[in-house]
Amino acid sequence: MAGHEGNGMPQIGSANKKGQIITDPQELFFLSPRSQAFLTGSEVIKEAVKRASVDFSVAYPITPQSEASSLVGELYADGYVGDYMRGESEFAVMGECAGGAFGGARVFTTTAGPGTLRAFENFPMWAGSRLPIEVVFTVRGVNSPLSIQPDTLEIAFMLETGMLLWHAETAQDLFDYILKGYIVAEKPEVHLPIGVIVDGFFVTHTKDMVMMTPENRALPHYNPYASPVTCMDMESPPVRMMRDPFVMKSNYISYMTHASWQLEVRAAIERSRKHTIPLLDGLIEVENPDAEIMLVSSGTAVSQSREAIRLFRDQGVKVGLVKIKTIRPFPEQELKMALKNAKHIFVPEFNIAGWMAKEIKSILPDNERVVAGPHVAGGMTMPPEIIVEEIERSLALKGKKELIHG
Amino acid sequence: MGKEKIQINEEFWDIMPDDYKDLVTHSTYGKTDRGWKDVGSSTELIAEHSLCAGCPESIAFRHIMASIPAPEDTVMVGSTGCTSLVFPMVAVHNIHSLFGNQNAVATGLKRALNVRFPDKTKDVIVLAGDGATVDIGLDMTLQSWFRGEKFTTICFDNELYANTGGQESGLMQKGFVAKMAPVGKKFEKVRLPEIARESGCAYVAVLTTSKPSLVEKVVRQAVLIAREIGPTYLQIYTPCILEIGKQSMEGLQEMRDAESAGERFKFREYVTPEAQAFIDEVAAKKKAEKLASTSN
Repeated sequence: MAGHEGNGMPQIGSANKKGQIITDPQELFFLSPRSQAFLTGSEVIKEAVKRASVDFSVAYPITPQSEASSLVGELYADGYVGDYMRGESEFAVMGECAGGAFGGARVFTTTAGPGTLRAFENFPMWAGSRLPIEVVFTVRGVNSPLSIQPDTLEIAFMLETGMLLWHAETAQDLFDYILKGYIVAEKPEVHLPIGVIVDGFFVTHTKDMVMMTPENRALPHYNPYASPVTCMDMESPPVRMMRDPFVMKSNYISYMTHASWQLEVRAAIERSRKHTIPLLDGLIEVENPDAEIMLVSSGTAVSQSREAIRLFRDQGVKVGLVKIKTIRPFPEQELKMALKNAKHIFVPEFNIAGWMAKEIKSILPDNERVVAGPHVAGGMTMPPEIIVEEIERSLALKGKKELIHG
Repeated sequence: MGKEKIQINEEFWDIMPDDYKDLVTHSTYGKTDRGWKDVGSSTELIAEHSLCAGCPESIAFRHIMASIPAPEDTVMVGSTGCTSLVFPMVAVHNIHSLFGNQNAVATGLKRALNVRFPDKTKDVIVLAGDGATVDIGLDMTLQSWFRGEKFTTICFDNELYANTGGQESGLMQKGFVAKMAPVGKKFEKVRLPEIARESGCAYVAVLTTSKPSLVEKVVRQAVLIAREIGPTYLQIYTPCILEIGKQSMEGLQEMRDAESAGERFKFREYVTPEAQAFIDEVAAKKKAEKLASTSN
């Protein structure tokens, strides 16, 4: 695109200042040789950002993302990230990220729990301003008394911000989603902020095996001149416009402008599907699709569900699984198809509200099939036995005990 | 950005809006001697606005737009308030996002432009009201100064929340009766210029917009110093004639009264020795250039 080459950003095939070869995303993700590493989730964030050609990153301490955002600082000190700073609060951090993205930079940040809520006003602004910022939410409790423990309640607040939301189950997902997230979020017809969600502690603070793309290869740089809205760098004619048009007008044209822009943001989320499906191999993953009992969830609740399925299998009972990879866009058609034969649908969640169960109930026919549970919250773990017990208890109440051992 | 980037394809000339044609034919982009005298002839500065008749803020806005040294490479950051009614009419890129986060946005913007254009000068200027600068956004205003972020912050101080109908603000005078201060404001006007001086600003000036030549001088200095040395802060009295019970034609006199000896907007500036040396250097260079041109 005109102008971008002139900014001195290296193009595909050439090396960046750290000697990394700028590589076509398809080649990087699917053809380049991967090597195995045993890392914490925080270290995985660092490794992904190292390969993401990030121009600007803002950090602020809050558990459990402090280590990851500090490690991004090390990348900056080593020359892998264009600029990096500690912000003064999450509200300010997200404003600093917005400024960077308005100025045409690829921006990365992380936050969690109370930080997410303190920053909250920024997220719908990012979406409305079409800023493709990536933020990793290492989700944790937002309740009082103060908790730093794992909990996914904060995602419920994010659902209608207009952001893309992908939920990683494992360290491998985290690595891939961080890199692939930029490719989808920056598509001109999408061009929205993306939240890559990962369960705090369970993934950030445990070690796992990850297959990583080569260290000496990096994503192509962000091209701000392919944006559907003007990059605020005074390199294009200053059309007399603002990104919140008709702000003070109280008339029908104004209302229509606002309403249609909100519809457009949601349409852009839907348009991300066709780019996301090939990159993530679908918005959902299904195991045992013909089982009458299905477990449906996202994040580490999926890992626990996989264990519960194993326990059932040992008893000779077939239980199926749907892993939801993208919460926005919500895989409505995929879920309807995957669950069309299910008689009993259980939604294990790490939060008190059961927001995922509500999402699923809202789109499925015969939604009395959906049981919102089991729930744990406040940092509790979810041993697979809890999932087994919930299913057995619920089916016994329904008078279907024989199904379990039948 | 050079002037070539704003040219109109001949085929489209007849359908382009007049203000854009004016930008192409009369813009002061690239002119080194641009200043407040261009206000009448260059409508690219601010073609029209929807502020109240006689509003001093609209006058200050025009003076500032005429005085910034390089509009062709300047990006402005605003905030919520009366200024957000004017920004859509301004012919430089400008950002409005939320209320009070302007100095955070400017921080990220300036850093992004530095990363993307390491060999170019891109000026960033914040222009926001006193509510945005001193109340809701104070944390981000100060933190950007503590960090030494190299951009200019301009506060349009009308001593109240004008756009929402005249509520008490931190820069309001003590005792003033306003909405949300029904028995009069109980604390002193916040001394932000002095706080700015102590917070790392290389240049601070307090003034009204009654003298365009003075506005031109301080705006130019503030932007040039921010480029080279560190953060700069201007606090300009732009009285809300509506909310203080004045007529459209009384704004100028209100400003003159407020800047008389002993009054709160009597012109004052704080300049660090480093910034002063820089100003002197710029002045000396200008003088030498003038001498060279007259002797030729």
